[in-house]
Amino acid sequence: MEIFGIPLAAFLGQLLLGLVNGSFYAMLSLGLAVIFGLLNVINFAHGALYMMGAFLAWMGLQYFGISYWVMLLLAPLMIALFGMVIERSMLRWLYQLDHLYGLLLTFGVTLIIEGVFRSFYGVSGQPFAVPPQLAGATDLGFMMLPIYRAWVVVASLVVCLVTWFVIEKTRLGAYLRAGTENPRMVEAFGINVPLMVTLTYGFGVALAAFAGVLAAPVLQVSPLMGSNLIVTIFAVVVIGGMGSILGSIVTGLALGVIEGLTKVFYPELSSTVVFIIMAIVLLVRPAGLFGREK
Amino acid sequence: MTLALEIKGLQAWYGESHILHDMNLSVAQGEVVTLLGRNGAGRTTTLRAIMGLTGRRSGSIKINGIETIALPTHRIAHFGIGYCPEERAIFSSLSAEENLMLPPTLTAGGMSVDEIYQMFPNLEERRLSQGTRLSGGEQQMLAVARILRTGAKLLLLDEISEGLAPVIVQALSRMISTLKAKGYTIVMVEQNFRFAAPLADRFYVIEHGHVVAQFNANELSTKTDELNELLGV
Amino acid sequence: MSRKLGYTAVLLGLLIAPFALYPVLLMKILCFALFACAFNLLIGFTGLLSFGHAAFFGGAAYITGHALKMWGLPFELGILTGTLFAALVGWVIGGLAIRRQGIYFTMITLALAQMLFFVFLQAPFTGGEDGLQSIPRGYLLGVIDLRNDLTMYYVVLAIMVLSFALIVRVIHSPFGQVLKAVRENEPRATSLGYEVARYKSLAFVLSAALAGLAGSVKAVVLGFGTLTDVHWSMSGLVVLMTLVGGMGTLFGPVLGAIIIIALENKLGDVGAWLAQVTAVEWFNTLGESVTMITGLIFVICVLAFRRGIIGELVARLR
Repeated sequence: MEIFGIPLAAFLGQLLLGLVNGSFYAMLSLGLAVIFGLLNVINFAHGALYMMGAFLAWMGLQYFGISYWVMLLLAPLMIALFGMVIERSMLRWLYQLDHLYGLLLTFGVTLIIEGVFRSFYGVSGQPFAVPPQLAGATDLGFMMLPIYRAWVVVASLVVCLVTWFVIEKTRLGAYLRAGTENPRMVEAFGINVPLMVTLTYGFGVALAAFAGVLAAPVLQVSPLMGSNLIVTIFAVVVIGGMGSILGSIVTGLALGVIEGLTKVFYPELSSTVVFIIMAIVLLVRPAGLFGREK
Repeated sequence: MTLALEIKGLQAWYGESHILHDMNLSVAQGEVVTLLGRNGAGRTTTLRAIMGLTGRRSGSIKINGIETIALPTHRIAHFGIGYCPEERAIFSSLSAEENLMLPPTLTAGGMSVDEIYQMFPNLEERRLSQGTRLSGGEQQMLAVARILRTGAKLLLLDEISEGLAPVIVQALSRMISTLKAKGYTIVMVEQNFRFAAPLADRFYVIEHGHVVAQFNANELSTKTDELNELLGV
Repeated sequence: MSRKLGYTAVLLGLLIAPFALYPVLLMKILCFALFACAFNLLIGFTGLLSFGHAAFFGGAAYITGHALKMWGLPFELGILTGTLFAALVGWVIGGLAIRRQGIYFTMITLALAQMLFFVFLQAPFTGGEDGLQSIPRGYLLGVIDLRNDLTMYYVVLAIMVLSFALIVRVIHSPFGQVLKAVRENEPRATSLGYEVARYKSLAFVLSAALAGLAGSVKAVVLGFGTLTDVHWSMSGLVVLMTLVGGMGTLFGPVLGAIIIIALENKLGDVGAWLAQVTAVEWFNTLGESVTMITGLIFVICVLAFRRGIIGELVARLR
């Protein structure tokens, strides 16, 4: 069976891959947006920390025999701690200054992290085996569904939706939303806002690390995997606007799917389609699809 | 009895701007004190300095006898202080009820949500609306109500009658009387002299960041001329 | 008076430099100095942080290289083509980026530059990963043989000095004053009646064109153009040069360019020396860890040294 001249199975396969990439886009842009909302810092290091998450999973398995499932929880925790150290020791000195310094600092941190990993592991990717429980594929009749890829999409959606729920519907989320709007006032109520800021940064980068662990069996674990991704994430964030959690998630998924479809029909355009969409959105609706002009 | 609030030699800056110069004032437990003065005199800055919301501070601020000048803002709140800023600071990303519930309970004895909704029935009616969709008067009530919930017994109220309809202002006046009867300590910054006069026990007049005059409520009639000069009314 | 003396001294120094130092290295430094000065026009004087300047620098390099190699254009026309290309791309990217403020502006420049990177990666004429090789130097105005490094140096120096003079002129002109006003307080500039968007756009195009000029010349000097020149790491490098030297100062970017290029060249030697002194084998790989060292310098500068070298000096002397 064919759809637009492409065999259905291949088409759906690419669509799934698009959803997989879209899941990463969603989780990473979500973390970036949460951090930006409260800290007013664009965390350039988001890509590098995603890469570190993947590498920690690989190193855990390679050197210590720690399973993928443990690393799925452990890697985000470790990266969260690492991120909180970065925030406490470096970022927090820059909050009073122009926002661009936060970007420059995290850019520098990105270079350091990538440089260190590159000096030990070069630029080639390390393979990471799909965990046995998720290996293989099921035959759905119209296509073969690789179980791991389905897992990635489901796990990402669950994490994103849980995040959305916590932020929009719980008391804790209310603190975050209020803190994003007027941190001094929230502090005047007795809430330790500096601590909240640190924890939020930790959470944001933990999301990135979680995405990294999910990505390890799909892509190759390479020191460059973060920098290949981060610029696309910026475009996703500009397209979606950073005002809405749900907006970031939807935009990320949608762009992943669009990119996947472009790969099927116009492969030459696939690496630039997200940027082209960004240019169009900027012309038509500068605040972003879900954004509030900030 | 320890003073609820004792300020000695307070200096405060916003960045390079030196706003408070040697501010001295004190408030006894259960007193209602009003800070009068012209715009820009430093009244709002005084309240913000107490909460640690200004830039650099020096001098002494004692709350219930404990020195707080070096403490960060979130620790100061835990002394049982409720701050109601001039701009009301209702959060637009929260519903009215979320705004009400946001400040954590600091000490026991705060008003319950039911009691608050009894005092301010509008707030119950509009509780699911976005915070900033409420009218000016409702937002003001919300701003005061939320600190009443926390158990704070020392209230810092900045221009709560500003820009509100007379009937709302009357309601606020009644509310403050009620709180005063319950033993709350209140420091008010008020431009509206007629609102403040019947409520306050004492008045401070502030100019250029320090106190230039103070008097009791019963001295009011004799001081009207002096006041008119100082306030340029 | 002392300023004129200073300028003359520097100029004399530059005139005799190729007799003491390797001309090609000097030319490379001059190109990057112009690149950084062009970038500084935008960040230091207009307050706009572009993270996509590699698109202009490397893009112009490719276009000029192609023009000289494939179309056989003479040197001056090839450089002009590259510069115009950069100006045009600058007009498009700037036009889109200006629609957002602050940090969004920066992200958009980065994203659009990345798009251009992919275009160049896939375009056959650039040679992809191998790069555009064997760009001929040709003759200047048909008579001056540029294959002689010394001759080339003086031509490049002339271009750079003129460009720098142009930048100085722009900064001190009424146009430059408006740019500074935009940087200090944009809403006020708007309320005074200035069409801020147009000024930003003009500044962006000028900055892009000069960055393109730098890239074009570099391509001819070195004889090749690579993907590195259009990669965002190159955008980051020019930011670093300007930061280290001093944003918003006239000579800061020049100094920054000198320091960073010298560092890049000498890093291997420094690493070897450190390895000897500390007996830590890993230092030998320092030469390959340019990325990491660059990052470290960034972090240190942003935390402790924001005014840059010239900026610090100016502040101290005041």
